[in-house]
Amino acid sequence: MRNIIKDHQIVADDWNVLRLEEGQTPESVAVPAGKVLVPLKVWQAQHAALVLRADVGVWIDSDEGAEALKEDAAKLPLIAVNFPKFADGRGYSIAYNVRSRLKYAGELRAIGDVLRDQLFYMQRAGFNAFAVREDKDINDALKGLSDFSQPYQNSTDIKAPLFRRVHRDGASA
Amino acid sequence: MYRYDQYDHQIIQERVAQFRDQVRRRISDELTEDEFRILRLQNGLYMQRHAYMHRIAVPYGMLSSKQMHMLAHIARKYDRGYGHFTTRQNIQYNWIKLEEAPAILADLATVEMHAIQTSGNCVRNISSDQFAGVAADEIIDPRPYCEILRQWSTFHPEFAYLPRKFKIAINGAVEDRAAIGMHDIGLTVVKNDQGEIGFRVMVGGGLGRTPLIGATIREFLPWQHALTYIEAILRVYNQHGRRDNIYKARIKILLKALGAEEFARQVEAEWVDLKDSEATLTVEELQRVAACFTAPAYLTLPASDAAYEQEKATNKAFANWVMRNVKAHKVPGYAAVVLSLKKTGVPPGDITADQMDFVADLADRYSFGELRSAHEQNLILADVRQADLVSLWKEAKAHGLATPNIGLLTDMICCPGGDFCSLANAKSIPIAGAIAERFDNLDFLHDIGEIELNISGCINACGHHHIGNIGILGVDKDGSEWYQVSLGGAQGNDIAVGKIIGPSFSAGQMPEVIDRILQVYVRERTEDEKFIDTVRRLGIAPFKEYVYATPIKTELQHGEDAYA
Ligand code: HEM
Ligand code: SF4
Repeated sequence: MRNIIKDHQIVADDWNVLRLEEGQTPESVAVPAGKVLVPLKVWQAQHAALVLRADVGVWIDSDEGAEALKEDAAKLPLIAVNFPKFADGRGYSIAYNVRSRLKYAGELRAIGDVLRDQLFYMQRAGFNAFAVREDKDINDALKGLSDFSQPYQNSTDIKAPLFRRVHRDGASA
Repeated sequence: MYRYDQYDHQIIQERVAQFRDQVRRRISDELTEDEFRILRLQNGLYMQRHAYMHRIAVPYGMLSSKQMHMLAHIARKYDRGYGHFTTRQNIQYNWIKLEEAPAILADLATVEMHAIQTSGNCVRNISSDQFAGVAADEIIDPRPYCEILRQWSTFHPEFAYLPRKFKIAINGAVEDRAAIGMHDIGLTVVKNDQGEIGFRVMVGGGLGRTPLIGATIREFLPWQHALTYIEAILRVYNQHGRRDNIYKARIKILLKALGAEEFARQVEAEWVDLKDSEATLTVEELQRVAACFTAPAYLTLPASDAAYEQEKATNKAFANWVMRNVKAHKVPGYAAVVLSLKKTGVPPGDITADQMDFVADLADRYSFGELRSAHEQNLILADVRQADLVSLWKEAKAHGLATPNIGLLTDMICCPGGDFCSLANAKSIPIAGAIAERFDNLDFLHDIGEIELNISGCINACGHHHIGNIGILGVDKDGSEWYQVSLGGAQGNDIAVGKIIGPSFSAGQMPEVIDRILQVYVRERTEDEKFIDTVRRLGIAPFKEYVYATPIKTELQHGEDAYA
């Protein structure tokens, strides 16, 4: 079992991530028993069977959209967003949409190329869990969640921008 | 000027700490160069030909004298005693050590400065009109909106890893001095028929490999909705902008692929949920920020100062400087002064630490302690009494900052090119130097009149060559440096991309090429016709014909060898 960061804690995690290998198709791939995170395409192709399982979550890739889970989000125990490269920022908007459009309240996990220096923004965009890349120190990564204290702008985590949250001066004198 | 409060201070401090730790992790190899590059770029740090380059943010070009002194200190302590003002109103240092970058940020933070998002694929420094707040043709001061957007875009969690860099400019005057048409988003502050304030929203402008002028996607956006609407634009772009090809990743390519109408439709659809959300601006917040930009304590003065008028009438050198470098002010008895960073022999935009200290002093004595930087790479004292112009002129002159060439041929925009930039195909500063030397005759320059000459060392177009009346682009041909010339580009309300006149030239030929172009202009112009208007009237054909009619001998002293 590997560790992940979830709700600011380092916890053991028993979800397996299914990634399609060369030659496998979403229709034919065998989804193993036990807790498994399947690609969105597999979820869609094998919907009838998978929707009956309580131990299946779905991961969305960066070129896919949150809307595809519109009907199912409320039922899912886990939604993940894949970062094929840490510099690919589409996952932030996907997370925003999962939270604000789909109104998803469950665990939203960043998987893939997930690094310390991106965690602060990821958490603001709506992620509450992070499968930090395995060659990196997860204890170190945890520090990334608290880089800043009072952000200026609204996002998924804080709906009101700074100017509505606090009294600001600055114009005095 | 905007006065930062405890929240702004805290955010900058936290940034310094974050970056210091990132540099530490890079040096100890916890971060690979690949991982670190993106982090350092978002802190303005580039790896260049010889050393690191550090780009410091000057939000919408506003600087206090205290900040300018700090810039001088940075130049002395961490660089080689000078800095370079850029076409995005920022300042760059070219000789920085990675290990010292955190200390630079810490020093800057003491005067409320930073390098946040001066590079990288995020929302960059917001730029604006260098005469904001004082221009005689201003409709609404754009600076409060600039500052509100600066705050909104600072560490925006969703838009820090966009497909490509993202530039926003705001103009509040009749004349566009912020080149809004070549920005990813260009906003113009306007009043509608009911007298309400809002923005005309342009999207998809940009230079580089595919120069495009932005398209208007909304004629009037009430100001309250600025943040949510821009959020909608960025969300559409973030999800649908191309990431497979770095050259096609700017929003201009998405806009072009979808068409402005379809793009606007997607933005409006995205906006439905955001409109009227808590991110909608409030009157209180606008007033709070706007209060920082209230006019300084102007004196009540007559519209014109007698001694100043007298000096103008009798001192030709002073009159020349006034004609070129002094701009109309909306307050009677005041003027805005452009300090030229375009003295012959100095790379355009370069300024020494001593000059920085000097202009900071000038600002204290003559202009309420404030300065601005212009995208043409000059500095501005925005609030000078007419009565002070003569003494200001004398002092500036003594420090090499009163070249009376604003808007003239030698007021060139020029990127660092091959002397510093690792992306360059050719040098650009020596070309600017050779042209400036060749035309170092004020009477001639004044006779030629307004003309914009812009030089870039490669297709990235940092020197805005596309929108120069004359544009010069460094190109690589079989491993040597050549220059392509275009005509008819323009910034401002009639922004246009220039047309290439033909095969490229060697460095040594460039002064003569410019000379020939000017000869055609002088021959063909009607009375009072500006260069750009002659080009527009005649097209590029007569220029092209004359430039290529007879071979151009390379002037060796200006040739590429001379600059090797
Ligand atoms: C010396 C280090 C520099 C590097 C490595 C650099 C790099 C680049 C690159 C790669 C682009 C192309 C971006 C694109 O097409 O999306 C670009 C564009 C640009 N850069 Fe620079 N640049 C440098 C210095 C400067 C300076 C000194 C200025 C201002 C004088 C500047 C202002 C600009 C502008 C205005 C553009 C065009 C923006 C547009 O396409 O809309 N850069 N730069
Ligand atoms: S235009 Fe090219 S050469 Fe000039 S600064 Fe930009 S990237 Fe460098």
